Amino acid sequence: MNIMWMPFVLVLVILVLLALVRLFLGPTAGDRAVSVDTVNTLVVAILILLGVYFKEVIYIDVAIVFALLSFVGTLFVAKYLGGEL
Amino acid sequence: MLPFLLTAIFAFSIWLVLTAGTGDIGLWSAPELAAGVALSLVTAGITRTFLCRSRNFRMANPARWLLMCLYILGPFFLEVTRANLDVAYRVITGRIRPGIIRVSSDLKTDLGIFMLANSITLTPGTITVDIDEATHDLYVHKINLVPGEEKRETFQDSDLFSLANLPAWIRRIAE
Amino acid sequence: MIGEALTYVFLVIGTAFNTLGIIGLLRFPDVYTRMHATTKMTTFGTTFTALSVVVYAVAMFLGGNSVMFPSLALHTIIAALVLAFTNAIGSHALARGVHKSGCMPEPSVVDRLEGVLP
Repeated sequence: MNIMWMPFVLVLVILVLLALVRLFLGPTAGDRAVSVDTVNTLVVAILILLGVYFKEVIYIDVAIVFALLSFVGTLFVAKYLGGEL
Repeated sequence: MLPFLLTAIFAFSIWLVLTAGTGDIGLWSAPELAAGVALSLVTAGITRTFLCRSRNFRMANPARWLLMCLYILGPFFLEVTRANLDVAYRVITGRIRPGIIRVSSDLKTDLGIFMLANSITLTPGTITVDIDEATHDLYVHKINLVPGEEKRETFQDSDLFSLANLPAWIRRIAE
Repeated sequence: MIGEALTYVFLVIGTAFNTLGIIGLLRFPDVYTRMHATTKMTTFGTTFTALSVVVYAVAMFLGGNSVMFPSLALHTIIAALVLAFTNAIGSHALARGVHKSGCMPEPSVVDRLEGVLP
C-alpha cells in the first residue's frame, strides 16, 4: 500500500505560508496571535504526515509535545493582550 | 492524598498508552514501567492541586469516561461536522452577521461549564468569549445571528445546538 | 484496497478543510470571525488528517506488516485529542484577551459583553 503523502505535506506547507501573509498584514495584535495559533495547528498536521512518511513514531511524539507547548505560548500571548500579565 | 493518587494514576495511564509495545511484560518493558512510575509520582506531586481543584471526584468513575467517548464519537462529532459545513459556506459566500450574545446555562460544576464552553467553541458557529464566574453565564460570539435574535436578552444553552441536545449529554457526564 | 481509498478520502477532506480555514483567515473582516474560521476548520481538518493516518496504520497492521503501526495509530489518536482540547481552550483565551484589550467586533449586530467587564 503506497500512499503519496508528500503532495499533501506540500499543500499544508503552502497553507502555512498563506497564514504568514495574515501575520504580516494583520492590523491588530490579535490577528497576528490568531495567525500564529493557526500555524501551530498546521505544523502538528505536517509533523503527523511526515512521521508516517518516514515511518518514525518519534515525529508524532514531537507533534504532541509541540501542541502542548504552543498551547502554553498561546495562553501567555492571550494573557498579555488582556493586560493580566 | 486522594487528588495526589488520582493525578498519579491519570499520568501513569497516559504513559502506558504512549509506551505500549516496547517490551514483553504485557506490552511494556521493565525500565519503561519503572520510569513511568517515578515520573508520574513526580508529576502528581507537582500538579496535585490543579486537576482536582474543586474537590470533585466524579470523573474517577470509568463509566463516565466511557460515556464521554460515546459523546465525542456520536452527537459531538455530528455537530462539529454540521458547524464546519456551515462555516465553510460562510467562508465561500461571505454572508455573516456577527454579534456577542449572552447564554445562560443550568450546569453547576466547573467541569460541566468547561465542557460546555469547549463544545460551544468547537461546534455551532460560535466561540466562547468570556465566562461570568459567579452566575455561570457564557458570553458567546456567534457568526450568523438570525434577524431578530439580537433583541433577546439571554439564550438558553440548548437553543444553540440543533441536531443533538449537547447540554443534556454534558449534564449526564459531568454532574 | 478499501484502506487505501479511505486514507485518500480522509486526507482530501482534511486538506480541503484546512485550506478553507486559511481562506477564511485571509478573507473575514475582523478578529473574531477569523477566529471562527481558523479554530473550527483547522481543528476539524487536522483531526481528519490524523484519522487518515490511523486508518492507514490499521490497514497496514491488518495486512501483516511491521510492529510499529499500532503504536503509530495510538500516538496519532493522542495527538489529535490533545490538539482538539488545546485549540478550543487556546482560542477561548485569545478571544477573551482580545476583547479585554479593547478590540471590539467590527461588523457587529449586538455586543452584550460591552460594559460588563471592568
